[in-house]
Amino acid sequence: MAISSESAAGTMQEKSLAGTGSWMFSGPLIMIFCLAALVPFVTNDYWVLIATRAAIYWVLVGALNLVIGFAGQLAIGYVALLTLGAYTTSVLVAGNVSPPVPVFGALAIAGVAGAIFGVIVGLPALRLRTFYFAISTLGFATIITQIALAWQSVTGGGIGLPGPEMPAPFHTHAGFYFLCLTAAGLITWMTANIAHSRFGRGLIAVRDADVAAEATGIRKARLLMTIFVFTGASAAIAGGLFAALQTYITPDAFTFDLSVLFFISVLIGGRGSILGPLLGTVILTLLPEFAAPLAAWSTFLYAVLLLVIVLVAPGGIAALLDFGNRRVLRANRTIVPKAALVGHLLATDKAKSGIALRGVVLSFLGVRAIDGVDLDVEAGKIHGLIGPNGSGKTTILNVISGFYGPEAGSIALGGEALKPGDSESRASQGIARTFQTPRIVGEASVLQNVMIGGTIRGQSTFVESLFCLPRHRGDERTLRSEAMTALSAVGLESLADIRADRLQHSELRFMEIARACMARPAFILLDEPAAGLSADEILRLGQFLKAISRQGTGVLLVEHHADLIFDICDYVTVLNLGRVLAQGTPAEIRVHKEVISAYLGG
Amino acid sequence: MLASIIASGLAVGAVYALIGVTYNTMFSASRVMSFTAGQLGMLGGVFGSLFVLRLGLPLVVGLVLMLVCCAIVGLITEFIAVRPVLKSLDQHLYVLSTLALALMIQQVVAVEWSTEPQAFPRVFGTGAGGILDEKFWLPVLTCAVTICALELLYRRTLTGLSFLAIAEDNFAARALGLPERNLRMASYALAGMIGGLAGFSGGQLLLAFVANGPLLNFYGFVPVALGGLGNNRGAIVGGFALGLFQQAANFLVGGIFSSVAVFMLFIAVLLAAPRGLFGGHLARRV
Repeated sequence: MAISSESAAGTMQEKSLAGTGSWMFSGPLIMIFCLAALVPFVTNDYWVLIATRAAIYWVLVGALNLVIGFAGQLAIGYVALLTLGAYTTSVLVAGNVSPPVPVFGALAIAGVAGAIFGVIVGLPALRLRTFYFAISTLGFATIITQIALAWQSVTGGGIGLPGPEMPAPFHTHAGFYFLCLTAAGLITWMTANIAHSRFGRGLIAVRDADVAAEATGIRKARLLMTIFVFTGASAAIAGGLFAALQTYITPDAFTFDLSVLFFISVLIGGRGSILGPLLGTVILTLLPEFAAPLAAWSTFLYAVLLLVIVLVAPGGIAALLDFGNRRVLRANRTIVPKAALVGHLLATDKAKSGIALRGVVLSFLGVRAIDGVDLDVEAGKIHGLIGPNGSGKTTILNVISGFYGPEAGSIALGGEALKPGDSESRASQGIARTFQTPRIVGEASVLQNVMIGGTIRGQSTFVESLFCLPRHRGDERTLRSEAMTALSAVGLESLADIRADRLQHSELRFMEIARACMARPAFILLDEPAAGLSADEILRLGQFLKAISRQGTGVLLVEHHADLIFDICDYVTVLNLGRVLAQGTPAEIRVHKEVISAYLGG
Repeated sequence: MLASIIASGLAVGAVYALIGVTYNTMFSASRVMSFTAGQLGMLGGVFGSLFVLRLGLPLVVGLVLMLVCCAIVGLITEFIAVRPVLKSLDQHLYVLSTLALALMIQQVVAVEWSTEPQAFPRVFGTGAGGILDEKFWLPVLTCAVTICALELLYRRTLTGLSFLAIAEDNFAARALGLPERNLRMASYALAGMIGGLAGFSGGQLLLAFVANGPLLNFYGFVPVALGGLGNNRGAIVGGFALGLFQQAANFLVGGIFSSVAVFMLFIAVLLAAPRGLFGGHLARRV
């Protein structure tokens, strides 16, 4: 049938940009949709009905997967948007508030309504932590049903109203099924496109490493809102289709059990996967059919499944199917960066003249962590920042990268003041950084982690990525090849497809440096990059950092390895108790009396 | 009119406040917010009705049995849904594990008890129908007694002090040799009883009804969110304020819009003050 080939073609197109290993990704999806297309030819109307329901659920769950599985937001009340879509479509088609609207027009309006309410439901996620957000979506779900019950003149109250009647050729069971299957295929294709775009990578970064996400310039609020618009619209359209399938809707049809089914489908499937949640949706839709005597207990079964997944297999189906990452990695790997490749990586115009801190003061609960610090980091130079623990080194990095706004003093880049406390803008202004404890997305591949660093350089808009338009494909090609170059430069190219959480600690440090380079920064701030590295690796790290500075990029290096500092730095600042104790060339610092007594030791 | 708004507002407010204290008691012991808090309130009503009306036991026996059963549910929460995920608190798996357990409890009650609201026994049988009906003052009295008992426990006994020590700094408390696991289990049993009392004392108002579970989960969480996590005084103030606001809205604009109003208020306050009105300071992220 035409529909199946269309959805298959969609996934094929997706494949061509995903590059290596993409058959592993799209093959099973294509197979599932091909099998699904056969359902009307080999079974009876009853099973077509069940399959239709699964397809409709997937229209919602597939989009919700981006919210729960990718962005990690525990939205447990999405039945609210299904309800909204179902009622909007039915009411518009029935003409209760306006002249009757054609079905597809009503579906489109429902989509718009869903997009608006999707944002309203999602708004709390920007400020609230997990449990709060979960509860607020739960509250929303309760209220929507109560409104449907109370607003009798429009919704028919407890008696309900008929669902929309589909026009030909979708009025038959099979016709409607293929319509829903097409919608499901479309959702699969679109979410796969998003998953393999800077937006999808941004979502998992927000989920697992929000601090690093900010430092790479991912705008969390805007990104989440975009996703909530998309998911809200999809969920409401699914609601319209659901109403058509039900033929008659009452508030009872939208129990919290449905919400449970939706988010458990995603969790059983596994976070950050598309195949997993798809299988989860199919399994959970079919489960009550095979366990008919247990129908009253279906929610109980879902709950048990959820508990088992959480306690025993948090990775879900996707982790069970992830055969590639079972391969044993070679032990005792050493990292050999190729400093020669740095030229390809950072070759851009660097007009920025330097970072300048003047009289910066910041205190935590009355303790002055930095107490009037002046600091100048020049382009093309390596600036060492040393001092005892608690002397304010990392805090200075955090002030520069905008995680803290100073109480007094100013920070400027190339003579222009940097907005204090605006961490999401730093990457686009040319400042990248690494962290004392590597902040990474453990469940994503090393390559994906590095590609996150190039977020700000992406050109395509969300809609272009959604439909896999040329600019999106161009972005992906460029980012992928640059990320491979970056990985080669730090000597990790052989591990590109490995899950990041399987790497050694030292490898993660180099991976973070590669990620920082992806933004083509004018300045790189490194927080103890040599911690946990072997003596050889420290030497190579030093050469690599020198190569970076030769490209014109300024390096601010917080480090405890005095040898490394004195070896590669052009200039050193020593901090003690939040104040500058000494500044000068390594040779001057090495013999500075106070530095020796406070920090280096005699 | 005003009198009845205040009477019913204080009564439901007391129930919400007690559920809030249930959330807090679990949170203090484990840093976990549990979806079973509201279910415990629902169970208090269901067990009360089951033991006293259906099985015909004396009221005091029914009350004690209810407390025991709810304490056991609290312990089950700790053992099944909380202890296994404590190692990875930052992944927030507890949201899912406690939700799963809450759904299981709810489903068992729906299938084995009833999906319809069932009658709840009268405890004292005074002032039937009027403002002095026990359904109005019993929750308030229970709330007051519970709070006083908790204050005595936390301030005057060594066990209570160790609860506080664990809530303040889990690692330091363990380093001092406090039996952290036993205290956590005790806290969950205690939370179970408080939740049960909330449902039992509010039984005349809310009846023994399975749908009270999710309802109390939400309305019991609002005072916690307003008052700040782990802050019992905040939860009490928040609970009564919520009860009065809800009942006033109920009388003024009708039932449905009162829940919409409560929801809007909840979201608005949280967006303005994500740590609650009496909340603590932000943890350092970087």
